[in-house]
Amino acid sequence: MIKSLRVKILINGEIMSKISLEVNGRKVEKEAPDNTLLSTFLREHLQLTGTHIGCDTSQCGACVVHVDGNSLKSCTALAADVNGSKVTTIEGLETNGKMHPMQEAFKKLHGLQCGFCTPGMVMSAIDLLQKNKKPSDTEIRDWLEGNICRCTGYQNIVAAVKEAATKM
Amino acid sequence: MASLVGSRVERKEDKRFLTGKGRYTADINLANQTYAIFVRSPHARASIKKLNIDKALKSSGVVSILTGKEIADDKIGGLIAGWAIRSEDGTEMKCPGNPPLAKDNVNFVGDPVAVVIAESLAEAKEAAEKVEVDYKVLKAVTSTADAMNGDTIHEGIDKNLCFDWLLGDRQKVKEAFDKADKVISIDIINNRLIPNAMEPRACVADYNTASEEITLYTTSQNPHLSRLIMSAFGNVAPEHKLRVVAPDVGGGFGSKINVYNEDIVCSWASKKINRAIKWVAERSESFLTDIHGRDHVTHAELAVTKDGKFLGFKNETIANLGAYARVFGTVTPTYLFGPCATGVYEIPAAYTNVKAVYTNTAPVDAYRGAGRPEATYTIERLVEKASMELGIDKTELRIKNFPTTFPFKQTLVHTVDSGDYVAGMEKAKQMADYKGFVARRKESEAKGKLRGIGVTSYFEACGIAPSAAVMSLGCGVGLWESAEVRFNPTGQVTVYTGSHSHGQSHQTTFAQIAADELGVPIENIDIVHGDTDKGTFGMGTYGSRSLAVGGIAIVNACKKIVEKGKRVTAKMLEANPEDVEFKDGEFVVSKSNKKKTIGEVAFACYLPGVRDEMKSPLPEGDEPGLKETSFYDPSNFSFPAGTHIAEVEIDPETGHVKLEKYTACDDFGRIINPMVVEGQVHGGLAQGIGQALYENAEYDETGQLMTGSYMDYTMPRADNFPEFNIGYTCTHATTNPLGVKGCGEAGAIAAPPTVMNAVIDALGGQEVTMPATAEKVWKACKNLKKSNAKAA
Repeated sequence: MIKSLRVKILINGEIMSKISLEVNGRKVEKEAPDNTLLSTFLREHLQLTGTHIGCDTSQCGACVVHVDGNSLKSCTALAADVNGSKVTTIEGLETNGKMHPMQEAFKKLHGLQCGFCTPGMVMSAIDLLQKNKKPSDTEIRDWLEGNICRCTGYQNIVAAVKEAATKM
Repeated sequence: MASLVGSRVERKEDKRFLTGKGRYTADINLANQTYAIFVRSPHARASIKKLNIDKALKSSGVVSILTGKEIADDKIGGLIAGWAIRSEDGTEMKCPGNPPLAKDNVNFVGDPVAVVIAESLAEAKEAAEKVEVDYKVLKAVTSTADAMNGDTIHEGIDKNLCFDWLLGDRQKVKEAFDKADKVISIDIINNRLIPNAMEPRACVADYNTASEEITLYTTSQNPHLSRLIMSAFGNVAPEHKLRVVAPDVGGGFGSKINVYNEDIVCSWASKKINRAIKWVAERSESFLTDIHGRDHVTHAELAVTKDGKFLGFKNETIANLGAYARVFGTVTPTYLFGPCATGVYEIPAAYTNVKAVYTNTAPVDAYRGAGRPEATYTIERLVEKASMELGIDKTELRIKNFPTTFPFKQTLVHTVDSGDYVAGMEKAKQMADYKGFVARRKESEAKGKLRGIGVTSYFEACGIAPSAAVMSLGCGVGLWESAEVRFNPTGQVTVYTGSHSHGQSHQTTFAQIAADELGVPIENIDIVHGDTDKGTFGMGTYGSRSLAVGGIAIVNACKKIVEKGKRVTAKMLEANPEDVEFKDGEFVVSKSNKKKTIGEVAFACYLPGVRDEMKSPLPEGDEPGLKETSFYDPSNFSFPAGTHIAEVEIDPETGHVKLEKYTACDDFGRIINPMVVEGQVHGGLAQGIGQALYENAEYDETGQLMTGSYMDYTMPRADNFPEFNIGYTCTHATTNPLGVKGCGEAGAIAAPPTVMNAVIDALGGQEVTMPATAEKVWKACKNLKKSNAKAA
């Protein structure tokens, strides 16, 4: 998954990496300090603020995105490390203005309240269904163990994932 | 038109949250903004001998560094306790000053001493490392139970005691205990928790040099109150020059009620440097500096007759306030706690005594349930213990002491307007298959496991807080709520509410209420909140008050709209206003086919006489426009209640507690949106079960927070819970026109004693403190084995 084709540039004494990604179907090319996390790159350099930062220990999962189709906590990777990849964020799930079945299921079954953990939760849940088309309750709960939600008690999230499994 | 109230309406707010279009404070970036990093005390208690910023100032990108000295020089006020409490001896509570940046002393790890403002976040962080603070470290006071014996933290506050408060009658209680056949007593700890809203606190302050106005975007549950406090007590700016916006807020649970140091400092500093300043907490900062919850040490006793009638109750509690008393810090362990201490029972005599103490830990304030979980935990653990000691079934013992008629004049303060506690208990037992427990226990035992069942019956005082009631208790602040309902000329409606949604779904449920009241399609109704520039004033959201107080304000404002509409219709159709009836969005002249839709009336109110009416449709004395406001002050609290039942299975080899079944049967009065209520119950349960089994904030004896990240503080996760079995009984509240009671805190209130009663039942009555971790439970299992062996 990690593609370390790094291009390094020295600008004003700071080591910058040239980051080329395809984000939500759009090609982007930016220079960013070498130590820029993917989460920071998405939020601060591309203004894609749907990806959230909820902790500083890679525990909460609010920052989960897809890199080349697999879910990844975007705070655990440097932007430079995923250079050349295809990244999908929560902003990239709709097609022609229609929400993804997982988004629809979260809405229908009240799988969100304050909405802060939601982007990571949805991205993570989609990856689960890519890997396991008909997960059991236990399998859903185990998979989502890396995404913390403080509002919902998870029950309606589990129900939403099951609902989405019938639609995907 | 079908009523929307009571229907499972999908949420209007969801699409933006689901597509990444939510706008939280950390998502806001302003032109030319700077970044703030706070320099915080690494010590729990110390005096500041010297603070040197010279090196830091030379660091690249630094715009400004401000300390406690500048804040004091500018006479910026400190953080305040919102409620005055008087001790039993009549003396006023004692509160230390709490400057936004400490100047002389620091009192908990994380107490800020300086702010570094720089062009970039990285530069601010780097410069903050170069601020040199020379501390004289002092001995910290961290234990709740021993705080009164520790060194004096705040000068002049003897024994670290803020107040020693009494509610009830000691003499009557003594008499009741003298008559008792048996006294059940218990010593319990209500463990300290960290609210942990998933969105870390943040603020962006922006001073406009032309208008001389500060705009503060902040993660607040109550932007109007924040503005009031920052203006009146913080001296940051006059209210008309301070706009506070709480945009999408990612959960609060009480932790975002307070005005925090960073709000005041960034607002003040923005004016000083003439630039916008952004600050976003890292999670570790949230752990250290968000308010914490609970942290009580309690001794309680229940006097009973041998056949199980309760005669008297006493509760002696030490409540930890942390380093400073904050907005709800002093009211949480008193008026939100004491009146609920006797639970859902008729107990003729009772008192609650609370000693609130300062320690060198983060301030403790309102966390989901605030006071009521602590009250419920005590009485429900005690009642369960009484059932064991008396040999009376735990549900029968409760029923025996329930009130059977309403209004129920509760022992200490409250008059509970409505409820049916027996019905709630019976339904919960049925839902949980209470009778089948014996067989299930045998099955568990056959597998070598221990199984326990626990019950809690609770009530809570919600709809915080009727002015008359709280003022009679000696508190100066009643918490009413406002609503403003405005029509556009073409018939759509905007409702501004003074309450605030940070997950509670106001955009949907409040629109359901307004749609029913006005007969306007829900898609034509927008609910707006969270911006002091968009509405008059509001008290915000906490204490399960949004619907029971804020919702009623909307109803009342809508009723005023309808009244005006009737007058206007009468004028337009040449009828008597008394003959005009309003139903489903239409004003109809009775016994005729003459009518006007509410949209036509709105249009006529704004643009009188432009259509078929030659004369103005506005009756004499009515002004143009269609907009009404209501400030609703409830006559009483609302009183949700219910019974919860939990079953756990314990593996004695590992001590692991598995929550097998959880049943909640609640009476929230009338339900506006069952889907939303279900979500609130689930979330409350998760936090309550979290307290019982997983969560604990722990300081070491030097005042270092040992549980300062998600690696150490056990946040409940999806795989920690079974599917909750929830149901309702319903008695309508009689004190408000919707008959609603509130549902947001019930789960967090009822779950801890329910789960712990089940754990302790499984352990043969052995006391275990929360959280019931595998280690503690494993030890208890070893003791159980020993005592069983002895008995054999």
